Amino acid sequence: MRVEQISIFLENKSGRLAEVTNILAKVGVNIRALSLADTTDFGVLRVIVDQNEAAKQALKSHGFTVGKTEVLAVAVPDRPGGLAKILGVLESGRINVEYMYAFVQRSGDNAIMIFRFDELDKAIQVLTGAGVRVLKGEELYAL
Amino acid sequence: MIWNDEYETLPREALEALQLKRLRDLTDRVAATVPFYGRKLDQIGYKPGDIRTLADLQNLPFTGKDDLRDNYPFGMFAVPMERVVRIHASSGTTGKPTVVGYTRRDVDTWSELMARTLSCGGTTSKDIVHNAYGYGLFTGGLGAHYGAEKIGAAVIPMSGGNTKRQILIMKDFGSTILCCTPSYALNIAEVMTDEGVDPAALKLKCGLFGAEPWTEGMRREIERKLKINALDIYGLSEVIGPGVASECVEEKHGLHVFEDHFIAEIIDPASGRPLPFGEKGELVFTTLTKEAFPVLRYRTRDISRLIPTPCACGRTMMRMERISGRTDDMLIIRGVNVFPSQIEAVLMDIEGVEPHYQLIVSREGTLDVLEVQVEVNESVFTDEIKGLERLARRVEEDIKDLLTVSCKVRLVEPKTIQRSEGKAKRVIDNRKV
Repeated sequence: MRVEQISIFLENKSGRLAEVTNILAKVGVNIRALSLADTTDFGVLRVIVDQNEAAKQALKSHGFTVGKTEVLAVAVPDRPGGLAKILGVLESGRINVEYMYAFVQRSGDNAIMIFRFDELDKAIQVLTGAGVRVLKGEELYAL
Repeated sequence: MIWNDEYETLPREALEALQLKRLRDLTDRVAATVPFYGRKLDQIGYKPGDIRTLADLQNLPFTGKDDLRDNYPFGMFAVPMERVVRIHASSGTTGKPTVVGYTRRDVDTWSELMARTLSCGGTTSKDIVHNAYGYGLFTGGLGAHYGAEKIGAAVIPMSGGNTKRQILIMKDFGSTILCCTPSYALNIAEVMTDEGVDPAALKLKCGLFGAEPWTEGMRREIERKLKINALDIYGLSEVIGPGVASECVEEKHGLHVFEDHFIAEIIDPASGRPLPFGEKGELVFTTLTKEAFPVLRYRTRDISRLIPTPCACGRTMMRMERISGRTDDMLIIRGVNVFPSQIEAVLMDIEGVEPHYQLIVSREGTLDVLEVQVEVNESVFTDEIKGLERLARRVEEDIKDLLTVSCKVRLVEPKTIQRSEGKAKRVIDNRKV
């Protein structure tokens, strides 16, 4: 159920994001989803890629600080109220969302959203209990 | 291990008698041979033989860095050039360098003192000493070199820089003792990790680190990363070079001043008055045995205090606390005195933070602004912004608690702060004063 996400520390300087994407391009890693959180001084780039180890090694060897986090990929019905319903399920299960962002591709009629929770196991339990589909890593990378 | 049992364990009474005799000889000698001291001593009405007790030292004039500069290059030499066998100079960050000279006997004394220093770390004739202090005008390289040769150890005269090659040689030659600046030792440890070299597989057992102030936290970091004992050693070219004082591996607490050759005093840097024993202030040294370049009460600008308690190693030589700052790298930020070493101590107390940091001081309007740059490594990194912000706030709060100065912490990418190949540059002061 869990999906591995790579996060990269970036200073808020021009060209840093371009450098990350260039490094990944050179080793043939494809970025499947991406989100950038930033402050005035620095940012954290979070990516889901098709080859985690290759991406991490390449970035580290270029001196980047790289972290690894487990996140969930959740199928969200692509219609009005689709996301609201899922957030409602999480709220009634008292699950706090640290952050979320959208995956590039769809899966059938569903949009896919990446969620980061503090309590991952409990989130899986609450979501699957309410009939929400949580994608496995292999399913996601195969999209 | 004690190199010179006779002198290093001399009973205090005998030691002080020796100091008094040497101080009297020194004062009479410089009065007659160095015009600068002749004038200074004349001004206070000094007559040969006026030194009757060690306390009389307090009546003698100070020597400052400016006095050495005014007498550039050889004006402070007490012997004719035909007796000088070596010249060194200290890096003058502003203006001209300070030039010092050695007679053959001075070089012997210095070798003896560095043999004592290396022995403090357990060096014997069986050791291989990897000397990464810079060779040249800087006293570090040749000072350590001669001391190691005196012991009969094998010296590798590496000098600084080219870190990958240093590591290769350390590995292949089986270096057992490392001599360099503490910031460079950390740089070596970091490059070892990058190169996949396991420090535990090396034969290194002890490092003698000096030439810049460092902290207990940095010692722990170096010891953990390089798997060695890390000792603080002290010296400055104006006094003799390295070999003025050294920690012993037995206690690693305070540096034994080699008092048969130097007298240490602690003064109030503002008034110049000697401080009561044990109080913190500016270190002042008088060289008792130097021939070519003797100094009376040289003001080092280094901040320390003297430790009264006897040491487990058996040396009777008084200890000075590790240097906690310099009166001239002291930053005054909004009226508060701040030493880079204090900020380093705060950082080293936070789990996972690397001792690579830089302080940037600027002025916004009329207000001083202190920015502390801290590198984000994997052990402190989190994918959540709030976690990183929490780290930055924590450093800001800890600095505020200790120094009462507010600062802004900027998290920067790893290895963006310039690595040291000698003395680390910790402060960039952009204030136009």
